[in-house]
Amino acid sequence: MGKTFRKPEALADVPTHYCPGCTHGVIHRLVAEVIDELGIRGRTVGIAPVGCAVLCYNYFTFDFQESAHGRAPAMATGMKRVRPDLVVFTYQGDGDLASIGMAEIIHAANRGERFTTIFVNNAVYGMTGGQMAPTTMPDQRTTTSPFGRNVDEVGMPIKVAELLAALQTPAYITRQAAIKPKYIVKAKKAIKRAFTYQLERRCYSFVEVVSTCPTNWGLTPVEAVKWAEEQMLPYYQLGDLKTPE
Amino acid sequence: MSKILMKGNEAIGEAAIRAGCLNYFAYPITPQSEVAEYLSRRMPEVGGVFLQGESEVAVSYMIFGAAACGERVFTTSSSPGISLMSEGISYIAGAQCPAVFVNIMRGGPGLGGILPSQADYLQATKGIGHGDFRMLVLAPASVQEAVEMVMMAFPLAEKYRNPVMILGDGLIGQMMEPVEFHDDLKVAPSNKDDWATNGMDTRGSDRRNLVKSLYLDPEELNAHNLHLKAKYEQMAREDVRYEAYNTDGDYEALIVSYGTMSRVCRTAIDMLKQEGVEVGMIRPQTVFPYPETAVREAAEKKSCKKVFAIEMNMGQMLEDVQRAVCGLRPVEWFGKCGGEVPTPEEVIDVVRPA
Repeated sequence: MGKTFRKPEALADVPTHYCPGCTHGVIHRLVAEVIDELGIRGRTVGIAPVGCAVLCYNYFTFDFQESAHGRAPAMATGMKRVRPDLVVFTYQGDGDLASIGMAEIIHAANRGERFTTIFVNNAVYGMTGGQMAPTTMPDQRTTTSPFGRNVDEVGMPIKVAELLAALQTPAYITRQAAIKPKYIVKAKKAIKRAFTYQLERRCYSFVEVVSTCPTNWGLTPVEAVKWAEEQMLPYYQLGDLKTPE
Repeated sequence: MSKILMKGNEAIGEAAIRAGCLNYFAYPITPQSEVAEYLSRRMPEVGGVFLQGESEVAVSYMIFGAAACGERVFTTSSSPGISLMSEGISYIAGAQCPAVFVNIMRGGPGLGGILPSQADYLQATKGIGHGDFRMLVLAPASVQEAVEMVMMAFPLAEKYRNPVMILGDGLIGQMMEPVEFHDDLKVAPSNKDDWATNGMDTRGSDRRNLVKSLYLDPEELNAHNLHLKAKYEQMAREDVRYEAYNTDGDYEALIVSYGTMSRVCRTAIDMLKQEGVEVGMIRPQTVFPYPETAVREAAEKKSCKKVFAIEMNMGQMLEDVQRAVCGLRPVEWFGKCGGEVPTPEEVIDVVRPA
């Protein structure tokens, strides 16, 4: 019997720096599988964010650029405009994209730039040590909201997918999750659709992926999955918000 | 080719195209918006890319993304906009990508004004963004020279894999002068396949390229900074440019001035000559690397009693002149920074020996 499960060619064979129970590894694998399946590794360029995933280029085997905080969509715009034949994606967390990079993501989406964004939402700043993000849930404790997110003072968490779906131009906006196999299977299909739309030069494509951060949530990996499913999914509802069909 | 009358900003845009740069991203700001207006019509004609970004911050990263792919790319802005771009310029320098930035300076600080100034000299030459890096900075004194410097900036940016800045005052962008474009574009053999993220298929390689500025290991970061330092030292050895005026014979005073201000000083020197007073001038064409040897040697001339740094700011290049002159002669400053260009008469009043 031959091998039935192997590491995608687009994924590097190296030890991970991510914490136990972090879902970045799952999402990296989904992206790598899609790149393999579409046969685009040789013309793909990824853009790493600032945050835990700044080192995500260590896990992929194709060209990568490292951006500054939140600016990945502007970099992707520059690349895609001068090299429309390349396949370009930004991989961004919620502190990066939904806070400091809000202007860049909205305008890139609104111009309909033909690149893909993988938006990993775990409701907290990871790398800087668990501070409050624009996506932090009401009453969620973080290192800068030690008494819980007070929505009277800092507002409700931002639903980025809904925000972008309110724009006329961007055409594929979806929210998925990477916390259980049933969600992960769907997330992969969405990521593949997003890259396919880019290859067809149809539209800007955006895949939000609800994710976990056991370390900064102060939970075990198993508890973190449960918390994400029970606390985040009712607010960050899964599914396609916009499709080009 | 014959001369045509062109506004500085439009000539800068055309020069980039003649230099083989077909990619331009920008955000409007006075007094240089004509570059974007010109290129919004011209780039489609030549099959190039024109895009108006949402902010100067975003534009600096559009430049970064395009430059990282190994494509020639440039932007233009003015002082407050350049401050916003300085974040991206630091990343571009750290990641060693070639790109050209044009700053058509206006007065500051803050919003300042919209009239010409040279108020961003220190920002451009000493430290435009965070971290330890320099840019090669060219300072044109005419529309023709702005054109030539734009043509020169791209090969220099590629030679050093570093941002290059054209530092022009508002007059260079706003005035019309006759210009001539030389279509003698020289494209040096490119080594971009060694570093650019242009896709493995593009370069027929199995080795992926990574464009980054993060070095978490302290020894690696130190080595990276030593490598960058070596590039700046190479600039000082190989790419200092300046022009000497009226320095062959004896002179009683030496002016050091650049950009539009240097043209006023030139007129003042000619007027003083008619009075029988000789004044020499060194005009830096690169303000980083700085022509310090030329300034020092000119100041050391026996007849020279005093050195004047004359610029449209409150005394910024003055520090470079003092550094070059090393206390061998007294160094004085004269300038204005409200948007008015000092007149030749004002310069004469300052430099005429008592």
